Amino acid sequence: MIEIEKVRKSFGPLEVLKGIDLTVAKGEVLTVIGGSGSGKSTLLTCINGLEPIDSGRILVDGVEVHAKSTNLNKLREKIGIVFQQWNAFPHLTVLENVMLAPRKVLGRAKDEAEAEAVKQLKHVGLGEKLSVYPARLSGGQQQRMAIARALAMGPSYMLFDEVTSALDPMLVGEVLDTLRMLASEGMTMICVTHEMKFAREVSDRVAFFHQGIMAEIAAPEELFGAPKTAELQKFLAATH
Amino acid sequence: MFNYSFRWNQAFQSLPDMLQGALVTLEVAVLSMILGIFFAILLTAFRLSGNRLLSPITTVWVEIARNTPALFQIYMAFFGLAGLGILITGWTQPNLGFAVDLRLSPYIALLAGITFNNAGYLHENFRGALKAIPDTQTRSARSLGMSAPQAFGYVLLPQMLRIAFLPMTNQFVWAILMTSLGAVISMNSDLFGVTDNLVKINFRTFEMFAIAAVIFYVMTKAVTLSARLIAARLFRY
Repeated sequence: MIEIEKVRKSFGPLEVLKGIDLTVAKGEVLTVIGGSGSGKSTLLTCINGLEPIDSGRILVDGVEVHAKSTNLNKLREKIGIVFQQWNAFPHLTVLENVMLAPRKVLGRAKDEAEAEAVKQLKHVGLGEKLSVYPARLSGGQQQRMAIARALAMGPSYMLFDEVTSALDPMLVGEVLDTLRMLASEGMTMICVTHEMKFAREVSDRVAFFHQGIMAEIAAPEELFGAPKTAELQKFLAATH
Repeated sequence: MFNYSFRWNQAFQSLPDMLQGALVTLEVAVLSMILGIFFAILLTAFRLSGNRLLSPITTVWVEIARNTPALFQIYMAFFGLAGLGILITGWTQPNLGFAVDLRLSPYIALLAGITFNNAGYLHENFRGALKAIPDTQTRSARSLGMSAPQAFGYVLLPQMLRIAFLPMTNQFVWAILMTSLGAVISMNSDLFGVTDNLVKINFRTFEMFAIAAVIFYVMTKAVTLSARLIAARLFRY
């Protein structure tokens, strides 16, 4: 379970999160929508401790992320995150990209890490590309590789930060299909996205962020069907 | 009136000795590069650590290495440390009954001086290379649970060495040429030292140094060409 309590966060004078309260249960798929600068991506990087917070707290399975005593490296093993820019490690082959962290962080033996990496890569449809360098892959393939790389760590939670925003429209579908597959397998996921159709389909709940505040959160039928706030009505009108 | 007559034959008789010296030159240059790269990586890690004790070491090292003559650095390795050695010897011996002799042989002093210089310049090569790697690489590595040293070692370092590879050959060439500075600290087994010594015997100054220059040229050219070949083989991504 991820519990977010009264989290505030500023970048200099700009307050990007103005007291967020949110709980994500095991197995839930939450999508977060909202305009640019609404704080949704920042929230994700706070959950895995890449960004410090100013006040409030975030608990992942009861462990406070920003407590001094927390071993972030350990905690990050169970929180996978995939970014808008996929960040393949260019000096490693696809297989090596996926094997690296399990070997060095989890201390897995080579055979074991390789078997797991091959399994995850086949899972995201890259079974044919194992020994290829990332530069030879399309954006969509690189993004799926990044997903496999995160999954190979055996995370309990997956965070997706606008994973299709930097992609050619032709390639968006294959990445969303991968996310759908994960959702159907019961992975706990928080997806920040601009893909409204996708949000409607896969989410258990959808949260709408506006200027650092979580303005609305509800099941997708309710949130998209009967938006309560004027901001959400405006946002949905603009995205249709 | 200029009445120097060339005697190339006489000079060429010294070629085997000079080639022997060239091997020593190459040896010093190669060792100074290996050690220089090692120290440059260490200095880079010190700087990136942001540690209040370690990162100033990088600053001081790089400032001195880049802003003083290489000759001074080699001098310091030889005479500077020797001075210190004599001092320590003088003051420990009566009380403790042992001596610490910090005096370095010309070979070691030359190697130390060039290594010091290499590390300073290579650190700057590495710094430029690191700037070319997007920050998001570190972010991704850390997100996968890697510690900061792991992210540096497994993700940044290989990319950094790749980007800095060809600029590093520049420093290698410079290291080969710097070995000639050994002449001022009585180094006489390297190419320049051997040549200089033989000139004192056979007086074929022009011929001998011309041959030495050609050998230097061939060595440095071989380094840059083979670096290009190695780069083409090594970096296939």
